[in-house]
Amino acid sequence: MRVTLHIQKYNPETDHHPHEEPYRLDVGRGTTVLEALMRLKNETDGTLTFRYACRSAICGSCAMEINGTEKLACKTQIRPELERHGEVRVGPLKNLPLIKDLVVAMQPFWEQVRSIRPWLDPLPHEAVDPVAMRDAYKAFNNVEACIMCGACVAACTVYEVSKGFAGPAALAKAYRFVADPREAAVTERLDRLQGDGGIWDCTRCNYCVEVCPKDVKPMEAIVLLRRASIQSGLTQTLGSRHITSFVDIIRHEGRLNEGLMPMKVIGFRIKDFLRILPLGVRMFLRGKVPFPFKLKPAIPGIKQVRAIFEARKRK
Amino acid sequence: MKYALYTGCAAKGACPELYQSTMHVTSRLGIEVVEMLNAACCGAGVITEADPDLALAINARTFAQAEALGLNIMTICGTCQGVMGMANHRLKAEEGLLDRINAMLEPEGVKYNGRVEVKHLLWIIVGEIGIEALQRHVTRPLENLRIAPFYGCYILRPSKYLGFDDPENPVSLEKVISALSAHPVDYEGKTKCCGFPLVLEKEPIAIGMVGANLKEAKDELADALVTPCPLCHMNLDIYQERAEKKIGEKLALPIFHLPQLIGLAMGFTPKELGLSRHLVSTEKVVEKIQLKV
Repeated sequence: MRVTLHIQKYNPETDHHPHEEPYRLDVGRGTTVLEALMRLKNETDGTLTFRYACRSAICGSCAMEINGTEKLACKTQIRPELERHGEVRVGPLKNLPLIKDLVVAMQPFWEQVRSIRPWLDPLPHEAVDPVAMRDAYKAFNNVEACIMCGACVAACTVYEVSKGFAGPAALAKAYRFVADPREAAVTERLDRLQGDGGIWDCTRCNYCVEVCPKDVKPMEAIVLLRRASIQSGLTQTLGSRHITSFVDIIRHEGRLNEGLMPMKVIGFRIKDFLRILPLGVRMFLRGKVPFPFKLKPAIPGIKQVRAIFEARKRK
Repeated sequence: MKYALYTGCAAKGACPELYQSTMHVTSRLGIEVVEMLNAACCGAGVITEADPDLALAINARTFAQAEALGLNIMTICGTCQGVMGMANHRLKAEEGLLDRINAMLEPEGVKYNGRVEVKHLLWIIVGEIGIEALQRHVTRPLENLRIAPFYGCYILRPSKYLGFDDPENPVSLEKVISALSAHPVDYEGKTKCCGFPLVLEKEPIAIGMVGANLKEAKDELADALVTPCPLCHMNLDIYQERAEKKIGEKLALPIFHLPQLIGLAMGFTPKELGLSRHLVSTEKVVEKIQLKV
């Protein structure tokens, strides 16, 4: 089958901007994007530049954007792409500095990973229960599957607009150490993740979960870090107050009271209150702010909802 | 066609115009709805952060209510759809989970048997009513309008639990826009995040997302956006002015709830659709189809 691959080319020495070039070649039923790129480099265009090593989805070198989505070129077959999108467009990962053609600099990615201190601060050997270790390993095993390909960081909608964010892969790795029974500095680790760029910067868009070629589910690891933070008493960030206030309101009223929610989250933080006040006033004038202190704010079956919440609390 | 209508919190709170326009559009389309007044919040992915089983339990309670009515659930919020769709999928698919959650509900005399489907209004229109039938209800074609679809996150991802649109290449909003005789605008931001979950605690990030997505739509000459999620609506509408300041560019892009846009094409008045509640004026767009707000 003869197909056209639209491949992004960029040579920093001669090009002002990246541009797409069409490459035609014959592919078989199972030909992968990486195989096609290798053949094009050997037979058509020796300048075509891309990274790869293992060719079997283990090394994480060949992550790139294929039809707008971050994928491993070695794990992506051309025919299904063609059937799904009607074309095959190949470009470099977004959000990372472009070097040449399909190659981006991974330095910002490595710095993110380094920032969470990706090594164990071990407890003394005799303090660790081997059985607990075995159970814990099950909990973070999927995070261990990360091959550091950078697909999640390229797809991250927060990192796109906020380069200080530690990013999905690094935070998933941070969870791996927090959940490790051999780790001595769990509280310090959680503490370091509370500030700007940490776990409360994630918007939970699910992109990292969607694109990860190894099913690491970084966002779910971030959620686990948030829960661990609240459970260990780190409850004063606006992010954690968002969760506790939300749960509180649903327990009392069954439904979110959108008039009350911002006040509960912000509390007595004057600067933040003044930040949201002008918008609150404008919304109020448009009939978009429900009165926060209604006489009967709750849904009719609130007793049942409260009972479910209370039963969980007791547990 | 009859559905149990799960309005979610926003349609009953900060977005009454969504509720209003939904009622008009569903009745015109011949969808009979029974509003689930006693249903609790889906948790919006926030309760899950504190306690996943609790979030499943309150959603199972909602599903059991629809089951008792013998109806499937219609959502009108992308976030509700994502959260409830995922909960329902997991309750049905994961061994032992439904029993565990039912055990939590048992003292309250509630039991969910796993027989309910949860579908967004968008999916019901595209998948069940059909685009041709929708077209037959169009009395005021939106011919001059370029409309940018904004899907938001939870109606697309994680696709494993949703499975209506292809998350890499969604088409349902485009189909609806075309059916109303408007022109769908293609841009990268259409499947990205609006930033709403961060807006109280990390406003600069949230408005950065609003600015980036809306600028892309504007660069493709969009007249307005349409979204199936009221949380996206809130962030893109309410925080648009701050996003304009951040990116240093005027956007002035009205944001429509899905049933508002459909309602306009069906001949409902701007008042009936609650257009005056928006912070970003819809006036220019409405004038383009010879109407006044």
